[in-house]
Amino acid sequence: MTQAQIIALINSSVVFGTVILFGAVGEILTEKGGNLNLGVPGIMYMGGIAGLIGTFYYEKAMGADAVPIICILIAIICALVASFISGLLFAFMTVTLRCNQNIMGLAFNIFAAGFANFYGGSLNKLAGGVGQINVLTTSKAFRATIPALNGLGSIGKIFFSYGFLAYVAIAFAILIRWFLNRTMVGLNLRAVGEDPAAADAVGINVTKYKYLSTSIGAAISGLGGLYYVMDYQKGTWDSAGGVEGLGWLAVALVIFASWRPLRAIWGAYLFGILSWMYFYIPGLTRSSQEIFKMLPYIATLAVLIFVSLQHKVENQPPKHLGLPYFREDR
Amino acid sequence: MSIKNAVRMVDITKTFAAKAAKVVANNKVCLDINYGEVLALLGENGSGKTTLMNMLSGIYAPDSGDIYVNGKHVTINNPSDAFALHIGMIHQHFKLVEVMTAAENIILGLDEGNKLIDLKNVHTRVKDFCDRYGFVVNPDKKVYDMSVSEKQTLEIVKQLYRGADILILDEPTAVLTPQETQKLFAVLRNMKADGKAVVIITHKLHEVMDISDRVVVLLKGNYVGELMTKDTNPQELTNMMVGRPTTLNIDRSKPENLRKCLEVKNLSVKDIYGVLKLKDVNFTCYGGEVLGVAGISGSGQRELLEAIAGLEKLEPGAEILYTPNTPGAQEENLAGMSPVRIKNMGISLAFVPEDRLGMGLVGNMDIAENMMLKSYKDGSGPLLDLKKPKALAEKVVKELEVLTPSIHTPVRRLSGGNIQKVLVGREIEQHPSLIMTAYAVRGLDINTSYTIYNLMDEQKQKGVAVLFVGEDLDVLLELCDRILVLCAGQVSGIVDARKTTKEEVGLLMTHLG
Amino acid sequence: MEKKEPLFRITKRGAIPWWASLGIRLIGLLIALVICAFIIFGITKLNPLKVYAAMWDGALGTNRRMWVTIRDTMMMLCIGLGLAPAFKMKFWNIGAEGQVLVGGIAAAACMLYLPKTLPNWLALVIMCCASALAGAVWGFFPGYCKAMINTNETLFTLMMNYIAIRLTAFYVAKWENPYGSNTVGIINSQSRFGWFPKVFGQQYGLNVILVLVLTIFIFIYLKYTKHGFEIAVVGDSENTARYCAMDVKKVIIRTMMLSGAICGIAGFLAVAGAGHTISTDTAGGRGFTTIIVAWMSKFNSFIMAVVSAFLVFLEKGAMQIASQYQLSDYISNVVKGIILIFLLGSEFFVNFNVRIRGSHKSEVTK
Repeated sequence: MTQAQIIALINSSVVFGTVILFGAVGEILTEKGGNLNLGVPGIMYMGGIAGLIGTFYYEKAMGADAVPIICILIAIICALVASFISGLLFAFMTVTLRCNQNIMGLAFNIFAAGFANFYGGSLNKLAGGVGQINVLTTSKAFRATIPALNGLGSIGKIFFSYGFLAYVAIAFAILIRWFLNRTMVGLNLRAVGEDPAAADAVGINVTKYKYLSTSIGAAISGLGGLYYVMDYQKGTWDSAGGVEGLGWLAVALVIFASWRPLRAIWGAYLFGILSWMYFYIPGLTRSSQEIFKMLPYIATLAVLIFVSLQHKVENQPPKHLGLPYFREDR
Repeated sequence: MSIKNAVRMVDITKTFAAKAAKVVANNKVCLDINYGEVLALLGENGSGKTTLMNMLSGIYAPDSGDIYVNGKHVTINNPSDAFALHIGMIHQHFKLVEVMTAAENIILGLDEGNKLIDLKNVHTRVKDFCDRYGFVVNPDKKVYDMSVSEKQTLEIVKQLYRGADILILDEPTAVLTPQETQKLFAVLRNMKADGKAVVIITHKLHEVMDISDRVVVLLKGNYVGELMTKDTNPQELTNMMVGRPTTLNIDRSKPENLRKCLEVKNLSVKDIYGVLKLKDVNFTCYGGEVLGVAGISGSGQRELLEAIAGLEKLEPGAEILYTPNTPGAQEENLAGMSPVRIKNMGISLAFVPEDRLGMGLVGNMDIAENMMLKSYKDGSGPLLDLKKPKALAEKVVKELEVLTPSIHTPVRRLSGGNIQKVLVGREIEQHPSLIMTAYAVRGLDINTSYTIYNLMDEQKQKGVAVLFVGEDLDVLLELCDRILVLCAGQVSGIVDARKTTKEEVGLLMTHLG
Repeated sequence: MEKKEPLFRITKRGAIPWWASLGIRLIGLLIALVICAFIIFGITKLNPLKVYAAMWDGALGTNRRMWVTIRDTMMMLCIGLGLAPAFKMKFWNIGAEGQVLVGGIAAAACMLYLPKTLPNWLALVIMCCASALAGAVWGFFPGYCKAMINTNETLFTLMMNYIAIRLTAFYVAKWENPYGSNTVGIINSQSRFGWFPKVFGQQYGLNVILVLVLTIFIFIYLKYTKHGFEIAVVGDSENTARYCAMDVKKVIIRTMMLSGAICGIAGFLAVAGAGHTISTDTAGGRGFTTIIVAWMSKFNSFIMAVVSAFLVFLEKGAMQIASQYQLSDYISNVVKGIILIFLLGSEFFVNFNVRIRGSHKSEVTK
């Protein structure tokens, strides 16, 4: 492999990793509160399509006069709102209506995949246009790098050639770690995920914590979908459902990182490298490439097995993960 | 000193609908709690004591009725409301987060807002409480590393830290040794002297006599009456608690025709974290005798019974020698055998485990299906034989007077006592030569408890060896012939139940000989 | 500090009669249909009733459409039957999608590589066995890891789906026909080797027969056999199962292999009995949808058949509208998702009682 190829591999891995890092960090927050939201793929769909719809109409209205910064704001707000509402729906169904969390996650994925792909595929037609939906100005703004830093040769290319959301993802991971380990609210949230009855008995509002951690977690995950659309897909809609696979990888990454946000950062990039490796291995045919694309999934399986083999209390999932809580149960 | 009222509960009613029939847990109950006084809330299991107190701590909401705290009418919707009223409850199952430290558990739920975790302050305040009331708490210890009595202390400190003036303790002594109980009572007396209101939920009469100033008795969700402790006696309280004049005695028969049934040698067991749960256990069990097992909960009782039943992985060198009840039969070493193999050898071990619905029975299956749990493989072919278990179910229901709508009712819908009857009935019907029971009467009402004790004695008279793990020392002393005491996974002594005292057993529970 | 009671008080219900629980679910369904009608109206600006009529036409309008609906219902029912033993054991087999795909690959491989001189019925028997075997292997791995070291089966089976998808892509690229199309095309379109024959003059008659036989088999297996009893006990508590001298590991592995095998047969149905091709869309998300359907039906085959039929009906109907109004046919997933979510939500009202503040006071004084 040449140096240029290595840099290209790292670059594409970071872009890939950023999508699932958003997803995983949001899901860590959700799962620390005891909710196992398998709807991450759906939430990413919602975040992505909402950002796309918002900027599509803005760009369409403004034409060439679209202001990049407003494009970014509209995209982020739309993505956050849509994914927050998705999380809220999940919380309502599982916390208030006490649906099974796995089942609700899967059902939401069906809805969201349909909703997003429907609009992704026919938005342009509905708006009276033809062909593929495309938001060039916004995507460009999302992918803008700081030119001065980009000129630092290979170091610059490795570290500074990404759109700002890649750094936001890292910041979120660090922020969530700090929040969980250093703040009172974080401590309370962990208690809710470990033992809601104990948390309830000391006056923590379990319902409120679960709602907020699930909704905010979903909002963060949703940014992964936005990044996928704006950066990874360069402002177009991928009707092949690629974001769904990435969403599942984000769920896997949470386990890979044993619920630790900082571990999720390098885990995400590792997943990225594993996913793109086939591109840089010479002599692969179109079919044998597919075998290499299995790598991240096989790596997750290896981690799953490894985690079950060791019995460390610190690496275990939150004790009450995935279970409903009803105070008057007896 | 004049009496100052802390809490007044008027006409409290609470029902639960999830069981087979609607259960009235509390029916128009009235109760007063005063400052500077220890109130004992007495009643059998299932009489609604805990439910009533849970409505003060905000866990349940009453269907109807009024609560007054310090003379003001209040509605307690959740535990934070209870804290705001300075009410703190120590539940029977501790409400502690296992993976957190003592200090983290103490501050949990306090200081909401954008505040950071500040443990320094906690350390100093916890030390204050410890000095004042005589506790020992290590703030940096993780809860999963704590003993039961340490956890209980932590719970009390947690409540005091939140400023509780009205302290409710639910069956606090169930898991303590007699010595630890005395220490707890000393702490409670200190609190009383400090002007706090203390409520202790219990069904043990001697504790009522020992610690309380006033007693309120509940029976099947109804208020029965209230007495000053100094004006009453245990017999009167028993009658009130059971609802009719009763004398409850265990008819302990003399052990006869003792026959060696089981000899355990060098038995050691580790848990999945590699911690020794049983260490070099040696003892012999005889047919025709009840061997009691005492110890603080978690001292290896569960592991001992499960090891004999073939459910634990044993450390090398262990021997479990079983002598069948047929003349001239060979001794068999059961160590290292799976339950499947033990069963295939034709050995019938009856085992009533601690976890009735999580191990002994399947809650969602009906009585007939539960009868077949251990015998479903009988008969050839891939299909189940449904007839025999049905007949057996009808027999057990009739002989042990199980209250159930039919034998096709899922067992989880039965009451605790009836569930245990189904389990014990099935095990006895195997005609075993060894019966092992773990906490066979936990959660049962008095009558069912005595039915169980007498069943055990009956089996003993038939020549069966009974291994009886218990937590109530009074019962162990009355029922057993010998008592094996476990301390931290080791046998700290085997004593003659007719000659020993509670204090001696209590000492053995905490000290290795 | 007089505080008010919260607006709603929630308590657990005891058993309620079947008609009441059915009624609650029907109300949920009705609300969902009304919401879907609004959404469709919002997009197409058409009279919703007319839209539903168009859906009816799309799903059942012609004999052929009706049989396609039946065929797809059978496919879902087959997957549901496969999931039933695993879920009864409380083993979250989210991997039906992958198990269906590997079953499909096995069937397609047989169609391509078996000597074409074999009689068709023999080829079908071999294909069915090969698909079941492939599915069983796909079920074996998560089952084995769960039994031996207690790995999380939800995520394990989920990852197995993606490995199966990549494996399918591998074979699609390998078997590509014509070259460059990136699809396998219709296999044996001339010889019809390995295709289901017409039964009673119906193209999809064999699908129905096969699934009905499986339905009866699973019903008896779960209810009246020793294996079925073991599955139920392990599902309730592994401790109980060990206590009753069951070989828990064997039960878990065996059940997961059975579950995978039946899902594999669903793959066989999809390839030999329906599409006559293989692609990464062969399972088409039905693995996931069926989990929800089967869960709501409490794994009762009869209810499963009714709910599957209803969902397939909606799907076909929505696709009809999509093509009539040149919309993306993903609209069917939107409709499906909304209905599933509402049905899930209505479960709450079956299990819990909701009381509004103050309404109980009068009850008690009576």
